[in-house]
Amino acid sequence: MSEAAPATLSASNLVRRFGKRSVVNDVSLELHRGEVLGLLGHNGAGKSTTLQMLTGVLLPHSGSIEICGFDLADRPDRAKACIGYLPETPPLYRDMHVDDYLKFVARLHRMSATQAAQALEQAKGRCGLQQVGRKIIGTLSKGYQQRVGIAQAIIHNPEVIVLDEPTVGLDPAQIRDIRALIRELGNAHSVILSTHLLGEVETVCDRVEIMHHGRIIYGDSSARMMQYGNGEMKLEEVFIEITGKHNSQAGEEAAP
Amino acid sequence: MIRLLAFKELRSLLSAPSTWFMLAALQFIFSWFFLSRLDAFLQVQTQLALIANAPGAAQAIVAPLFDTLGLIMMMLVPVLTMRLLAEERRNLTMPLLMAAPLSSIQIVLGKFIGLMLFLLLPIVASTLMVLVLALGTPLDTGLLLSNAAGLLLVTASYAALGLYVSALTVQPIVAAISALAALVGLWLVSSSADAGSIWHALAPTSHFRHFNTGLLDSSDLVYYLVFCAFFLLLAMRRIHNNRIYG
Repeated sequence: MSEAAPATLSASNLVRRFGKRSVVNDVSLELHRGEVLGLLGHNGAGKSTTLQMLTGVLLPHSGSIEICGFDLADRPDRAKACIGYLPETPPLYRDMHVDDYLKFVARLHRMSATQAAQALEQAKGRCGLQQVGRKIIGTLSKGYQQRVGIAQAIIHNPEVIVLDEPTVGLDPAQIRDIRALIRELGNAHSVILSTHLLGEVETVCDRVEIMHHGRIIYGDSSARMMQYGNGEMKLEEVFIEITGKHNSQAGEEAAP
Repeated sequence: MIRLLAFKELRSLLSAPSTWFMLAALQFIFSWFFLSRLDAFLQVQTQLALIANAPGAAQAIVAPLFDTLGLIMMMLVPVLTMRLLAEERRNLTMPLLMAAPLSSIQIVLGKFIGLMLFLLLPIVASTLMVLVLALGTPLDTGLLLSNAAGLLLVTASYAALGLYVSALTVQPIVAAISALAALVGLWLVSSSADAGSIWHALAPTSHFRHFNTGLLDSSDLVYYLVFCAFFLLLAMRRIHNNRIYG
């Protein structure tokens, strides 16, 4: 992926508060076509809130979001049509059959019945769901439910795919499969995924943004992040050093 | 989009065995009332024949029957509306709708129309059952249709209120109890208040009584439309507020 690829998502100066607590502070992001961006951070860093704002589930208190050239506040219908979103907990109707659910999601994204039927086969093929189409979602294993979650996010072939901790709670084989799928999706779409698993960044992401206390404190290609310092540090050490450095800077600024 | 959501809601209701059990129980209760009213009418029919302008089968059977059905709907509708939005939030499926190119209006109207399509089943089934009387006696179809229309409207008002209450909470059972409490409260107020008082005019059941006696008044129709629109708008606002407050 090159920086010259067109931007599919850009967010500027996003601010989000819950009551008086500021959860996301002046966050700006840009995502390009064919890129997988990893949003890295501790639990409670503001990753999920940021993704919820990017997908229109939450409104930011200030800042703007543009998806495929459409402002999310002014043209929510056009902007949301370009997005596929997998929240932290897959939004599955557990009493529906996999096929019926995926067709419903395709129709929600304004596909015709014929298009939805074609898209269903494609999405099932990409996510390895061919054998479970007639099964009830609630009876599937967690790994398969996660696959259905990803299938619903990609069924309408969106430009931007937003995945919130897509491999949490899966076994190692499932994690490997899902990561391979995300990598494949990254070739044709723009993918932004949040994670606190550093291995995910190493294997899947082209670029990394680290969020800490609601702010982006680091952003670079994942290859360069792995070369951080003298290049001999493990990714965990890099992450801890970057967030630790930010903590001590914040402490110095707060000191009288 | 509204149609898509409405049919999804209808399919979801019809795919649950408990729904069919509920429909069967409702039809059984209604049939029981119908036959007991019919039996009572047949017992006094010879005496009624001696009275000038005696009430016909429609007045003696249909009106009290639909009045009872209105009360049963008041208890049934909160059980059905409780899951409409509360369950979406409890099962964390709301982000699917919020992130899709759908407006709050489409979400609320889709859910409301889906439920109303389902509720048409017992209303139509009950009306057809009473229509069987026409095989054996002259039937005041005007009174029957007025009752059916009134029942549909009063049920719609219950559904709109229940849908709004369902938007307020994450727990479906809390939504059911709260909606039932609100509807019973309105019913009690209308029963105890004077006929001309504002409290009486506020309750959906008061306006149903006019339909129940065969009186079609445009002000009743306007009342039901305003009542439904008011609570549906509140539900839409609540969904929009989810985006603001999380």
